[in-house]
Amino acid sequence: MPFIPHTEQDVEQMLSAIGVDSIDDLFDEIPEDLRCGELEKIPAGMNEMEVTRLLRERAAQDGLPLCFLGAGAYEHHIPAAVWEITTRGEFYSAYTPYQAEASQGTLQLLYEYQSMMASLMAMDVSNASLYDGASALAEAVLMAVRANKKSKSRKILMPLTTNPVYRSVTEAIVKNQSIELVDVPYNSETGQTDLEALAQFAAEDFAALVIPQPNFFGVLENVDALTTWAAANKTLSIGVVNPMAMALLKPPGEWGDTGVDIVCGEGQPLGVPLASGGPYFGFMCCKQQHVRQMPGRIIGRTTDLEGQQGFTLTLQAREQHIRRSKATSNICTNQGLLVTAATIYMSLLGPQGLKKVALNSHKNTQLLSHRLMSINGVRAVFNAPIFHECVVQLDTDVKQLINTLAQEHHILAGFEVSAHYPELGNALMVCATETRTENDIEKFASKLDALLNG
Amino acid sequence: MSNTPDDRKYADSHEWALLEADGNVRVGISDHAQELLGDLVFVELPEAGQSVGKGDECSVVESVKAASDIYSPVTGEIIAINDALEDSPEAINESAYEDGWIFIVKPTDTSELDELLDADGYQNLIEDE
Repeated sequence: MPFIPHTEQDVEQMLSAIGVDSIDDLFDEIPEDLRCGELEKIPAGMNEMEVTRLLRERAAQDGLPLCFLGAGAYEHHIPAAVWEITTRGEFYSAYTPYQAEASQGTLQLLYEYQSMMASLMAMDVSNASLYDGASALAEAVLMAVRANKKSKSRKILMPLTTNPVYRSVTEAIVKNQSIELVDVPYNSETGQTDLEALAQFAAEDFAALVIPQPNFFGVLENVDALTTWAAANKTLSIGVVNPMAMALLKPPGEWGDTGVDIVCGEGQPLGVPLASGGPYFGFMCCKQQHVRQMPGRIIGRTTDLEGQQGFTLTLQAREQHIRRSKATSNICTNQGLLVTAATIYMSLLGPQGLKKVALNSHKNTQLLSHRLMSINGVRAVFNAPIFHECVVQLDTDVKQLINTLAQEHHILAGFEVSAHYPELGNALMVCATETRTENDIEKFASKLDALLNG
Repeated sequence: MSNTPDDRKYADSHEWALLEADGNVRVGISDHAQELLGDLVFVELPEAGQSVGKGDECSVVESVKAASDIYSPVTGEIIAINDALEDSPEAINESAYEDGWIFIVKPTDTSELDELLDADGYQNLIEDE
């Protein structure tokens, strides 16, 4: 059926049928002062050629800045083949197809994606993705409350070292379901979640403990101790991890005595380019025992009537078209296109390639950290091991420094940590992925040195 | 025509409740309900020791095409669950009134059973549907 908008005549007929004079009258109930009125600053229409030129000019203003900014989204090299293949007509869609089983290629791709993620995380099951890292954590919290049969609690232990944006998104999504996020402080020397402070919660009942790895500061948490503590306290554990780091570090399925129950995170490092606000994609894996509480779509492999391999949506009873208001989630859409890119990225790099990217990112950040620390007026904030980010303290206003380096030298110096952690003073978080060279690092360090020490 | 034994009571949400000799109430779903659901693939059982109110949802049965909550027909404490359903949920399809029982409640007040339908009443209900 073609989409045909209503003609003026259609609209008039509909209005007269219900006895209303104009479309505006339908909105009478909304008080005048709540309406946004005319959009005065929207310029007149332009043709395609003009728009293209305008936006090219604006894009050029960004230049090609040298990026040392991370804080949740990271610049990694993306092989040209990734988006060449991803944007082929067969794959070019953001959604799981509505007639899912008619698109066996898409389903197989999602199945391969799930297999790769489950393997990278050392978990039993992966879903076909979620919106982004922050909402994936919110979904993991909701899932843990449903899945923890040993606890009646609707409280979640949330370390302050978890990405502050993830924490606020999670809060916004779960607070009206009377789920409470309880802060767990961090050790000011190591930058890790404070195990002694955590121990004080042992007497209380919690549905889950969130365990970031690496944490927001780039610092590696004591994931074994945290996971084991959770299991011993009948609290489910939720890992929130950078998938790239898992190519190098112990995967969540092997943390502690039991492995985590649920792991989620932001998939952007796996082949998705940096863009302000995305689109990125979230991922989630869990233990087999929790699979019926997992939100989102899951693709399964099966055998058809002729004995041939086929792929199918599975465990759909969790989903909203069957369970209605009792579905595990009403976010069942995945980010199919980004997942396609991630699957191709992972298959091109393979486990060894991913590990090399992770290792080179770690090495470059170590190099950057040592070089910055050699500058007068730059001090380390934390002393625990890091993955590929590092927080440094300066004697000068960080926001101003970031602006100066960006405007005058086209360097994105990093993330102003103080905005979320005022207790850390003038703190800047830097990141050097595998895409940074020694020259890049030296350029950044020398400009910073010149700014700080004239 | 589904089978509706008259030794037990029925809820209009399609559970059956059988008062046993020891005073406990065994609960399952009716033959009519299993027919409507089709092949069952999973039963989410309650926890033994859990207390339930009459009408509380405490279990879920899932077929290939639907998932349906099971409500406790009486108030009390769940003292036993049918673990065998974890591996063979099809027992409900094959034997809704015997092997396919779901849980046993130790009731606080057996007179709650009087509020449920008898076999004739339930048979009328499903014929009217």
